Amino acid sequence: MPTAIDRDEVQRLLAEGAQLVDVLPRPEFEEEHLPGAINIPLKTLDAETSRRLARERPVIVYCHDYQ
Amino acid sequence: MSPRAAWRLESIGFTRVYDYVAGKADWGSFGLPLDGTKGARAGEHVRADVPTCQLEERLQEVRRQVTAACWDTCIVVNASGVVLGRLGRKALASEEDVAVEAAMTAGPSTVRPSITLSEIVERMQSQNLTSALVTRSDGSLVGVLRRTDAEAALNAAAFDSSASTQG
Repeated sequence: MPTAIDRDEVQRLLAEGAQLVDVLPRPEFEEEHLPGAINIPLKTLDAETSRRLARERPVIVYCHDYQ
Repeated sequence: MSPRAAWRLESIGFTRVYDYVAGKADWGSFGLPLDGTKGARAGEHVRADVPTCQLEERLQEVRRQVTAACWDTCIVVNASGVVLGRLGRKALASEEDVAVEAAMTAGPSTVRPSITLSEIVERMQSQNLTSALVTRSDGSLVGVLRRTDAEAALNAAAFDSSASTQG
C-alpha cells in the first residue's frame, strides 16, 4: 500500500536518494516542477515508462495537490 | 491523481512507493524552489527583515523600533510566527499609547511565495498597493514583497531575456 507523506518526509527521502516523479501532463510539468523530478504523466504510466525508475530505491509521486 | 499513480506503480511491482499528496502547490507555498518555465516567484524577492511585533506590545515602543529600522510597516505575529495583523503607516503615525492589538489591521491579505512576480505585480498595480504580505500556507510569515523590488526584478528579467534574444 502506498504511503502518504508530507513535505518534511519528501525532503528526508530525497536526501536518502529517493526518485521524484511528477505525474501531471507534460505542459504542466514543463511550466513548474520540483527540482530533480522526472515526468511520467499518469496516462502513460506503465511497465515500459516506469523502466526509467530504479526499483530498489524509493519512488515519490506527486501532482498539483489533492486531486 | 498521485494516489492512482502510486497504486499503479505498486501494481507494476514497485515496493517503496510514497505519495506526496499535497503536491507541488504545498511545496511552492512553503517557499521551496520549483523549476520550470513559469518564471520568477515572489518568494525570491521577499524582504524577510520586515519588523514584527506581538499583540500585547505597546504601540509607541513598536513605533520607535520600526522607525529606527527605517521601515513604515510592522507585521503582528504570534509566538509561532503566524500573521495576525499589520501596523501600517497610519497606525504607526498615531501617538496613542495602546496595545498593538488595538491599533492593528487584523487579518491582512496575504499571498504565497510561489505566486509569480508578473501576477503579483499586476495585482499590486491594479489595486494600487505598494507591498504584499507573503505567508506560507500555515499562515506563518515569509516577509514583505515591495512593489518597487518586484517591478525592478521583472524589468531586469525582461532585459535579460531581450539581451539573450538579440545576442
